[in-house]
Amino acid sequence: MAKRIDVSGLNVYYGAFRAVEDVSMTIEPRSVTAFIGPSGCGKSTYLRALNRMHEVIPGTRVEGKVLLDDQDIYAANVDPVAVRGQIGMVFQRPNPFPTMSIYDNVIAGVRLNGRRMPKAELDALVERALRGANLWNEVKDRLNRPGAGLSGGQQQRLCIARAIAVRPDVLLMDEPCSALDPISTLAIEDLIAELKTEYTIVIVTHNMQQAARVSETTAFFNLSAPGKGGMLVEMGDTNKIFTNPDKKDTENYITGRFG
Amino acid sequence: MTTTQPPQTEQPAKPPPGRRTRRRPGDLVFENSARLSGVLILVILAAVAVFLLVQALPALSENQGNFLTDTEWAPSGDAPSFGVAALVFGTLLAAVLALVIATPVAVGIALFISHYAPRRLASLLGYVVDLLAAIPSVVYGLWGITWLMPQIGPFFEGLNRYLGFIPIFAGPVASPPRTILTASIVLAVMILPIVTAVAREVFLKTPTMHEEAALALGATRWEMIRMAVLPFGRSGVISAAMLGLGRALGETMAVAMVLSPGLLIDFFLLQAGHHQTIAALIALQFPEASTLQVSALIAAGLVLFAITLVVNMAARYIVSRRKEFTE
Amino acid sequence: MSTLTTPPAAPGAGVSLLSRSLPRWAPAATLAGSAAVVAAVLVAVGAFGLAQWTVLSVLLFAVTITAASASVEGGRRAKDRLVTTLVYVCFGLAMIPLVSVLWTTVQNGVLRLDPYFLQTSMRNVLARDDAGGAYHAIMGTLIVTGWATVISVPVGLMTAIYLVEYGRGRLAQAITFFVDVMTGIPSIVAGLFIAALWLQLFGAGNFMGFAGSCALSVLMIPVVVRSSEEMLKLVPNELREASYALGVPKWRTIVKVVLPTSIAGVTTGVMIAIARIIGETAPLLVTAGFTDSINFNAFDSRMITLPVYVYRQISQGGQIPFERAWAAALTLIVIVMALNLLARLVSRIFAPRTGR
Repeated sequence: MAKRIDVSGLNVYYGAFRAVEDVSMTIEPRSVTAFIGPSGCGKSTYLRALNRMHEVIPGTRVEGKVLLDDQDIYAANVDPVAVRGQIGMVFQRPNPFPTMSIYDNVIAGVRLNGRRMPKAELDALVERALRGANLWNEVKDRLNRPGAGLSGGQQQRLCIARAIAVRPDVLLMDEPCSALDPISTLAIEDLIAELKTEYTIVIVTHNMQQAARVSETTAFFNLSAPGKGGMLVEMGDTNKIFTNPDKKDTENYITGRFG
Repeated sequence: MTTTQPPQTEQPAKPPPGRRTRRRPGDLVFENSARLSGVLILVILAAVAVFLLVQALPALSENQGNFLTDTEWAPSGDAPSFGVAALVFGTLLAAVLALVIATPVAVGIALFISHYAPRRLASLLGYVVDLLAAIPSVVYGLWGITWLMPQIGPFFEGLNRYLGFIPIFAGPVASPPRTILTASIVLAVMILPIVTAVAREVFLKTPTMHEEAALALGATRWEMIRMAVLPFGRSGVISAAMLGLGRALGETMAVAMVLSPGLLIDFFLLQAGHHQTIAALIALQFPEASTLQVSALIAAGLVLFAITLVVNMAARYIVSRRKEFTE
Repeated sequence: MSTLTTPPAAPGAGVSLLSRSLPRWAPAATLAGSAAVVAAVLVAVGAFGLAQWTVLSVLLFAVTITAASASVEGGRRAKDRLVTTLVYVCFGLAMIPLVSVLWTTVQNGVLRLDPYFLQTSMRNVLARDDAGGAYHAIMGTLIVTGWATVISVPVGLMTAIYLVEYGRGRLAQAITFFVDVMTGIPSIVAGLFIAALWLQLFGAGNFMGFAGSCALSVLMIPVVVRSSEEMLKLVPNELREASYALGVPKWRTIVKVVLPTSIAGVTTGVMIAIARIIGETAPLLVTAGFTDSINFNAFDSRMITLPVYVYRQISQGGQIPFERAWAAALTLIVIVMALNLLARLVSRIFAPRTGR
């Protein structure tokens, strides 16, 4: 299922401001790729451009190519809605739908798209997704309770279950642990390690230990100049980036001299 | 209250040149029906203006008098002659009087709710004020006839006896008191809730740090209100009053039921048969009006529409100016 | 054994935090005293009346407490006390109309409000006959308001959706502005507009219930737009994004996520809007007219509603029409209050559970 992402020459604009400057990279399937870098360097914007979520903000514009295996998601006649069906996303703050139960939250992607499915199949889907998100044992007895009643970490895992229930090829995570406590964070990190056997995972994080723990590949973003947009400084094997980076800026950031 | 910029930002960006994004039929249908509803509102409003104008034209063209400056209202017979001068005067007089009575009281109640009453009582009072706003105008009219007029009669007598030397209180005092002042009092009671509600909102939004700063300087409660609350809320109170004025200008039934009509331009508040408002005139005459009379009444309605439009826009303008100052 | 501790040093050498002030019971005592004095004087003069007594007592109280405070506590405190009195008086003043409106309505309304009144029309009843009821007006109210709701809710809700979810640029600005303008249209003008429209379409004298519904819609649509807009804006953007990220198209996101989340608030807004228009009289007078008979067809001939019924009865004069008017007014107020209470209940019960 997991697919490769090939990005070439991607620029993202907010109106006249170029927030992401000319980024090219290849994201390998069945692996975890981490984006690190100081605040405001365009990592999240870039991540959103990978499944066209940036389009919900007016005035944004993209140049360049993003190939999902061999298909350009920005080609003419490509439906952004279909793109997001294949490239799922998990957000900074857990955001389960407050009007829905845990069960309904998991099948939200199916329900909201108006697809009909026999009850047994739905049940199986819910169980598989919740097991996949390491949440099944905690919630199996209260599937009909509101999803908003869970703890923060459980809510975030519910959101991951919701994202994988639509069976995407790629999972984008935008600082998924930044609103969570350390124990919940560990639970999510374990989950990421399990998920990478099936999915291509891209994670934005501010926590360098986290990047070191969960990812195979790390990409370091930085501002190209003060007041300008962000660019990709260096990308490579996580071990190498954290121990022996090629660029001086990367080393300064890793060792905590700025950012 | 009247923001034009919703916080959400949901518009798909304009597709970049050379790239066409496919739109789903469901999205297209839904967005266009939403847009259509919005456009419908514009169409309705334009239609209000156009139809009133078109239907008013026959009477205006046959009018022998001057529509804007004449005071008499005789839009029938061989030589129809009518003007809105006295009606506009009566409308403004009733509304302004109501405003003069209601605003100070409303500010007092708003202060009571926001800064004086204990917390639980305050929320109860807020609810009570909302209930006052929900009572239909025809009930207020009925109340004016049944309860207020017998109570207010002796009071008017007293005003006339002791303050009769002031021209506006000159006699003879009407009995029953179907006068412009009675109508204004009923109107004042009717606009009290809306003015109170808006003023209360504004007072409650006074930054706590300003209040605490004043108290820390050793101010009494009143000095704190004068230093922190009133300056902050001034424009809010003004716009609340303007909204109330707009309401009072267009209010129909209470006036139609209480006031004994006349078409004079004077300030004798205690005498009946001197004044009339546009709205009440329309309500009283429309059901049994001939074609030409209907047309003349619609012309009068157009004038009322224009007046309330100006008042409401002025209120919006003040609100928006205030936003610029506070943000 | 005598104490060994030394008394604390006087604070701030000479500056005392204690100042002379009136005791806590002073205002209450002064009020009671003023009331007693005024009562005594009025009885002595032989002019006792509730109104005079209240007004003069309050006046005397204001003067006494201000003077006492000025002499004991100084001018600034005196002013504070005076304003406090004024604010309380304002509150008292506002209670008078509220209490008397409700009291007179109930007192006069119950005279005739019985099952017979609610089940009988005025057909073949002369104004002064000790008979007749408001059945036709109640039905008319339900039908006219019902149609107005059927027209206003879709238009108002869709407009709110457009403004919040799609609206950008000049069109949205124009709509927002003109919705504001529409909020200020006097109800009689809304009535005249529909009357003029009907005149244009069907010629003179074509009163019908549906025309009244249209007039009420002109008043109701802006209220629905405003309240729905506020409610839709309260839906967190994160929910929309979560839905988009699941590959859900925008319109389904709005219908299945945004609307269900805000449904309680929207419903409340609609009910309050209904409560507002259900009491309208003037626009119906010029569009739906009035009648003494039952009419279930909104598209043919005149139809009467409760507020118009009240007005009709009053303009006929006499004791029995007067009692009928009050009974109808009481019915109307009960309906309006019930709608308001129901709206509060809806917003409380169906509010989305976001807490733990």
